[in-house]
Amino acid sequence: MISLHGLTKEFPGGVRAVDGLDLAIADGEFFALLGPSGCGKTTLLRTIAGLEAPTSGRVVIGDADVTALPPGRRDVAMVFQDYALFPHMDVTANIAYPLRVKKVPRAEREAKAAETAARLSLSELLARRPAQLSGGQQQRVALARAIACHPAVFLFDEPLSNLDARMRLEARTFLKRLQRELAVTTVFVTHDQGEALAMADRIAVMSAGRIMQVGTPSEVFQRPANTFVASFIGSTPMNLLPGVAEDDGLHVAGAVLPPAPGVAGGEEIVYGLRPEYMDLADAARKDAFAGQVSVVENLGTSFLVTLEVTSPSGDHLVQAVVPEDAEPPPGARAWAVPRHPRALVYRHGALVVP
Amino acid sequence: MNTDAAGLGRARAFGFVLPALVLVGVFLIFPALWTIYLGLTDFRLTGLAAANPSLVGADNYLTALGDERFHTSLWLTVQFVLGSAVIGQAGLGFAIAWALRNRTGPVKRTVEGLVLLAWILPSSVVAFLWIALLDRDQGTLNAFLHTPGFAWLLDHPMASIIVFNTWRGTAFSMMLYGAALENVPPSHLETARLAGASTFQQLRDVVFPRITGHMLTNLLLISLWTFNDFTSFQITAGGPEGRSEILPVYIYNVAVSGGRLGFGAAVSFLVLLINLVLALVYLRLLRGRRGVAT
Repeated sequence: MISLHGLTKEFPGGVRAVDGLDLAIADGEFFALLGPSGCGKTTLLRTIAGLEAPTSGRVVIGDADVTALPPGRRDVAMVFQDYALFPHMDVTANIAYPLRVKKVPRAEREAKAAETAARLSLSELLARRPAQLSGGQQQRVALARAIACHPAVFLFDEPLSNLDARMRLEARTFLKRLQRELAVTTVFVTHDQGEALAMADRIAVMSAGRIMQVGTPSEVFQRPANTFVASFIGSTPMNLLPGVAEDDGLHVAGAVLPPAPGVAGGEEIVYGLRPEYMDLADAARKDAFAGQVSVVENLGTSFLVTLEVTSPSGDHLVQAVVPEDAEPPPGARAWAVPRHPRALVYRHGALVVP
Repeated sequence: MNTDAAGLGRARAFGFVLPALVLVGVFLIFPALWTIYLGLTDFRLTGLAAANPSLVGADNYLTALGDERFHTSLWLTVQFVLGSAVIGQAGLGFAIAWALRNRTGPVKRTVEGLVLLAWILPSSVVAFLWIALLDRDQGTLNAFLHTPGFAWLLDHPMASIIVFNTWRGTAFSMMLYGAALENVPPSHLETARLAGASTFQQLRDVVFPRITGHMLTNLLLISLWTFNDFTSFQITAGGPEGRSEILPVYIYNVAVSGGRLGFGAAVSFLVLLINLVLALVYLRLLRGRRGVAT
């Protein structure tokens, strides 16, 4: 178990990379730190590893407060974005390196390296140097090095970002299965929301050194706690349209939608709906956003249609995902009809609980 | 394949290279050959042999190789190179570069500035500074240590010039290693730290394998420079009683002070041969390392 208490990291010059952060990660959990670049997720990971000393706050791993311990005594293993394999050592020596530092006898550590390598299908490559390996093989060697010394915690910094797109999908499945088998608490950093949703048991979405939401992938995807998470999660960005909650319903971008619980009396709201939950109609409706089709993007089995909506409250872009063969031509008039039960209503940037 | 990219033709291309070749020939090759020739004569600074030097064959070389003063001088030079270049400049230079590697701001600038200052000042100036520092009666060092009357340059002449040359030349190694350390990826050092490696283990397993090429190049350059360095003459003049007479000083003393130019030329040629051997050893090591790396 990892728990962080009031963790703050301030760099010289006053930049707060991590800002008073509390977090608990359960035993055996596959936990993602997700956020745009510069949000402090890598600094947080490095603080857990002990590579950065926090300005204030505590890091607890298991039952021990490790805040003051050097990285080598925290019982954590980290896989870096560039894998950090030593170019002058062969695969065996690389995997066995942490054991060598711990003064494990040569025969024992080489046996351990061979065993770990076999588990990751690296047996053929034991005598090679890192320069003779492909990116995916290098990644597995880096993983093997982390696994071989049986740490209490794995830390992965952008583990998939140096692989090409196809390898990334394979490695994603592979990593998730491996983590399940080893059942070691794992924290990984990513800026790719798809990667976090696919792999993690739980996700912490970060922005500007703070945690915006912690939850399972489905919680974070279906009920983003605030407009930042709403706009960050999802392969197509969520429609976030400003509106007003009146007694007869929500007035959003020219459409009048059924009233939502918890908001009324002229309150300003933001109406959030994923493009996947938006249908297109070709006739005017009161509960639809009327607009002109400006862009049609091919997503393979579906199309992402962008409408330019002109309304008394201003001009907005509304996006809808439509099935293949149902896409309107650019320039046509169209009406985007929200599936209202899927809608999320935000007040002052935070989700209004229905 | 057309190798004449500029379309000059062989003759005109040679014309462009000729001035440089002439300069190299006049100022480098001719003096070297002339030294070899002089080494075979009894040429002297003054007297009959200055006007009409006669060939004496390998006499000068045999005399030098049998001369105890030459042996002592060679041994002192080895001490000087190992002590001030390999251990002193390279060791201290690396230590400073390592200590400053993650630093920025005034501390780094001040240390680098001071070390560089010792490197760029003219040798006559720094020689005088060190005489003033080490002087028996008025010296700054004795005043600091409260050891009035301790004759550093007389009692420990070799140690004095070794420390002096270390101080004088560390800047080059520091700069070179500083640049080399930038090539060590931080994630490699951090991987070692996460495994629990001590500073020594980090250096042995991560840093040194990464900068072997830089280290060999640096050692080659500073060894040759130190081998041929003459600045110490301005401090001890090789004395007392030849106890700090490294080879360049020895050559000066026999050739110019002693007037035996032919003999001096022979010793110079021997020094040139030793330098060549040194350079070849380093280059062989460098090439061997490249062979392993690929």
